[in-house]
Amino acid sequence: MTVAAATARPATSARFSPQWLSERLSRYILHIVVIGLTAAWMVPAVGLLVSSFRPFSGIATSGWWTAFSNPTQFTFQNYSDVLAQSNLGQSFFNSFMIAVPATVLPVTIGAFAAYAFSWMKFPGRNWIFLALVGLLAVPLQLTFIPILTFYVQQLHWTTSNLEATGIPGLPWVPLWLAHAGYGLPFSIYLLANFFRALPSDLFESAEIDGAGTLTVFFRLVLPLSVPALASLVIFQFLWVWNDLLVALIYVGGAQEVAPLTVNLANLTTSLGQGSNLLTSAAFFSMIVPLIVFLSLQRYFVRGILAGSVKG
Amino acid sequence: MDFSVLLSDIPTLLVVILGVPAVLAAYIVGGEYLVRLLPDKNRPQVRPWLWVGPALFLVIAFLFLPSILTIKQSFENNAGDWVGFRNYATQFADFPTGGAWVAIRNNVIFWLLFYTLFTLILGLVLAVLFDRVRYESIVKSLIFLPMAISSVALGLIWDFMYQYQPPGEPQTGTLNALVTTFLHHDPVTWLQDQWPTPTFNLLNNLALIGAATWGITGFAMVILSAALKGIPGELLEAARVDGAGELTVFRRVIFPLMMPTIVVVGTTLVIFALKAFDVVYVMTSGGYNTDVLAFRMYKELYSAGNFGSASAVAIILLFAVVPVLIFNVRQFRAVEARR
Repeated sequence: MTVAAATARPATSARFSPQWLSERLSRYILHIVVIGLTAAWMVPAVGLLVSSFRPFSGIATSGWWTAFSNPTQFTFQNYSDVLAQSNLGQSFFNSFMIAVPATVLPVTIGAFAAYAFSWMKFPGRNWIFLALVGLLAVPLQLTFIPILTFYVQQLHWTTSNLEATGIPGLPWVPLWLAHAGYGLPFSIYLLANFFRALPSDLFESAEIDGAGTLTVFFRLVLPLSVPALASLVIFQFLWVWNDLLVALIYVGGAQEVAPLTVNLANLTTSLGQGSNLLTSAAFFSMIVPLIVFLSLQRYFVRGILAGSVKG
Repeated sequence: MDFSVLLSDIPTLLVVILGVPAVLAAYIVGGEYLVRLLPDKNRPQVRPWLWVGPALFLVIAFLFLPSILTIKQSFENNAGDWVGFRNYATQFADFPTGGAWVAIRNNVIFWLLFYTLFTLILGLVLAVLFDRVRYESIVKSLIFLPMAISSVALGLIWDFMYQYQPPGEPQTGTLNALVTTFLHHDPVTWLQDQWPTPTFNLLNNLALIGAATWGITGFAMVILSAALKGIPGELLEAARVDGAGELTVFRRVIFPLMMPTIVVVGTTLVIFALKAFDVVYVMTSGGYNTDVLAFRMYKELYSAGNFGSASAVAIILLFAVVPVLIFNVRQFRAVEARR
């Protein structure tokens, strides 16, 4: 690899001249620095990954790097223990139940709105859009207390009340709506920028052909915007899946509805930092985001480059 | 583990995966049907509101109105009585260690400065270095990977990095193993050590910031790398032909041309820095003077049940973000004007 890359550049100076040597040398130094930095970057994650396959006695008394001198001690015990002792299965399910609608809602509703912002005329359009740009930066903390008060005191939407109704999915509705509201400014911003860039002749000719608004939206705008939609979906899904704060505020410790992140944070408190079971629990929580990320990285990067990012 | 939950909840699964999109589709198709019943001239007036309506409702209900209510609540006690600036007075009491001062200092000085700077510098260095090797996409993916995982998992990863065992014992934390083996220094309690002084505890704050930086550098690197690739190659070649060394090329050509992108990434990072929560929550719970505003607000709300104070902390956070917010809106208008 290194040799191939080193000779990639056309040699600008004669072989074995001092200049040729120094160029050669600086190429090698570059490769060493690049690979060294990347390796160092991986150390924290690799350390925890190795630890997750070590028995408790090993983790407590020696560093993860010593494990390689005694590879026979590797075990799946931490994984089977943590899956048996904690309800990670339930919270894994909950994470899906939260993340799927909390992605579908802001992306779909955001696409409706972005369509109106880019191709319809209505009073206050530009000002409303500017307000959305401002709202991108507003800390969510500002909204928690009134929403929580409204949920609990006006609507009586507590987890136990919602569960008592027996309607499937209902206990997560408060969380879906909140995530939808929080995700919308970014969703509209990203999609409107994309929709606006679509050629206007397309819309004119569709109108001449007698296509209605719905047809234009579903047959023209959405299919043409698949790249933008894909990156937004990945973004919002990962954001909700990895979210701790919003879930903590609206569902708190209710095990039956809490997502993986909350469960994992609770385990940190109950098991104590540095417990061997946390190592496997942490990797368990990473499975889905890593699969999503690795398979759809292209779209994820494109979404990041498409503009700002919500926080 | 009880995976049977996944099977027993099939109705829930169906409701969630089919129900939500069905409701949304029914709304827009039904709405359009109703709009078409209107006389021709009224349709263009009504139709836009059908399409922006749900979004406007949710944004107003979940972002705009609550923010206004929080401002009001920050001047009230739990019973809803007006108390003037008392909630703020509590937060600003006893400078520099009382009230919210430690959290303000950590957010507005330590996090804002170091998190933003470390991430930008690392992101820039990695982008420039990686640009010169053929296996760029592989190393970039690896640096970027922490972006995909939750901050809770990130906190756990770094808990293990920072582990401490008493001097003389074998160290289990990677960093302390390095410190004791290569620097012959006593192991450090990274998350508790308030070096240099408890009123200016840089060390444990930097430990938290370092963990967060690890998670976000990939984000900065990807954007900066895209900007770097946007610089025309002839420009760099011309500078090199004129005899400029690589460092000069970077300082005089690459860096100035990337400045607009660096500013955009920087403002995003500033917002992240001011909103820092998860890492602090998982790793220190704000102990040893590592509190931040977002965590303090959470504590006031859940541990103390103090709505007025929690609102006041949220408003302080808003004030810290407002300059960035104004900057963003102005940037946006400038870009719009150029369209």
